[in-house]
Amino acid sequence: MLAELNELYQQAILRHSRHPQNFRALPEADRTAVGNNPLCGDHYTVFLKLADEQIVDLSFTGAGCAVSKAAGSLMTETLKGKTVSEARNLADNYNAMLRTGEVDEQLGESQSLAGVHHFPTRIKCALLPWEAMRAALNSSTKEVSTQEVAG
Amino acid sequence: MSGWEKLRDDFPILAQRVHGQPLIYLDGAATTQKPRAVLEAMDRFYQEDNSNVHRGIHELSRRATLAFEAARDRTAKFINARESAEIIFTRGTTEGINLVANTWGVKNLKPGDVILLTEMEHHSNIVPWQMLAERTGAKLAYLPVTGDDGLLDLKHLDDLLGPKVKLFAFTHISNTLGTINPVAEFCARARKQGIVTLVDAAQSAGHRPLDAQEIGCDFLSFSGHKLCGPTGIGALYGRRELLEAMSPYQGGGDMISSVDFFQSSWNSVPHKFEAGTPNIAGAIGLHAALDYLAAIGLDQIAKHDAELAGYAFEKMSRLPGIRLFGPKGGRAGVISFMLGNIHAHDVVTVADQYGLALRGGHHCNQPLMRKLGVESTARASFYFYNNMEEADRLVEVLKEIQRFFGE
Repeated sequence: MLAELNELYQQAILRHSRHPQNFRALPEADRTAVGNNPLCGDHYTVFLKLADEQIVDLSFTGAGCAVSKAAGSLMTETLKGKTVSEARNLADNYNAMLRTGEVDEQLGESQSLAGVHHFPTRIKCALLPWEAMRAALNSSTKEVSTQEVAG
Repeated sequence: MSGWEKLRDDFPILAQRVHGQPLIYLDGAATTQKPRAVLEAMDRFYQEDNSNVHRGIHELSRRATLAFEAARDRTAKFINARESAEIIFTRGTTEGINLVANTWGVKNLKPGDVILLTEMEHHSNIVPWQMLAERTGAKLAYLPVTGDDGLLDLKHLDDLLGPKVKLFAFTHISNTLGTINPVAEFCARARKQGIVTLVDAAQSAGHRPLDAQEIGCDFLSFSGHKLCGPTGIGALYGRRELLEAMSPYQGGGDMISSVDFFQSSWNSVPHKFEAGTPNIAGAIGLHAALDYLAAIGLDQIAKHDAELAGYAFEKMSRLPGIRLFGPKGGRAGVISFMLGNIHAHDVVTVADQYGLALRGGHHCNQPLMRKLGVESTARASFYFYNNMEEADRLVEVLKEIQRFFGE
């Protein structure tokens, strides 16, 4: 029981949730998008600064649980310097990791979220900042939601 | 073993382990567990009497109709309606409220009229009125909540019950705050102004004796599944005089007296509000649940609720950094809290690993959450099958959670 909990709330996740990296607005961002989970009220805005199809800087703001906040923080570290197409692939692999627990080394520290696969009800938390990032890449102005049905 | 402990044996689901720990189910405000008597009554109906109701000539249809209408009689007795015709079977509290909005509301509201609600309403007692306001040009107004103590600001009630107000709809017990509202007083004050009243009894039905006539309301809606009954069945009480004047809710079979190719005439109350084949087994399960609760005694259940809520609230209040919502005394067994800065979903995830079923989120109370300045809360809700040891275990596990997250 506690082994699985410790796998979910790894030290990296607790650390990043308490002290998130790149947790600020990016005034010079080219793209921004909002991710919202109406089930719990968690919401994040992701900011991307692009140059020649490369993410030269990214950041996020918002509020949510330890899992979603750490996921956002780790995501900014994983994706800085990646190309747009690499970021899309990593988002796919990250999504697969949350469902299966199989890691992709390219995900760097974001691999520490693999333990979420033991907690299917929390996958949407870990996905929220990544879905907002994907929406920003697609220049989607529509708010994205990880949960279609709100209570 | 006390009588309460023996009752636990009636709930087969409670005798299990979750993640290797004994299950402690503290989510009754979302849905309660079902005693064997309810499961068996429904099973027996499907095994022995299953048939469609009304207009059937054959024996099984006769039995099903008798059982369905007996459930209506039982429900009328449960809330002390004047007659069984004042009970409309619905899918639950939400459908009852939507029924009133779509029939009484559409007919009686005009532009500029006001629907008065309170700030502690569940989404199900806000959104149908917003939709009605959109449709009719009526406006919404809210009786404020004072703060974390979760009481309604009664000083302003008479001012708010102005001449434009046509309907006052409010919850009996808050599903987030555990507040028990003085509903009889609300109804008396509204009635003086000729204002129609609707009581959302989702959290009170099955937790305390309910008497619609004593409360003095015009409508009252509740769900079966929050009082040991099955999901998908509930009841709306309406005063006959109002029901008679209302148009039907949905069109279909069972709600007509005669149908022509171009027009139809409606069946009598309550059948004109019950189009289509109803949830017969659900009504039979509801009947069994109401019998089960009556055998324990609703006044006894209310007393047990109050003792357990008071005990848990007091113990929880001693945890460092906890923020508790709702009144300190005279409260229902629904306790919302924030454990320092730990997000409700993190609290609930860890508690689940210890076998505790809690709920975290906005509890379908988003406007109230915004007012209280929180995104979400964790919530423990108790019913008569819960006990002091479980409340103790809850507090122990909350301490573990604080240690786990280093708070």
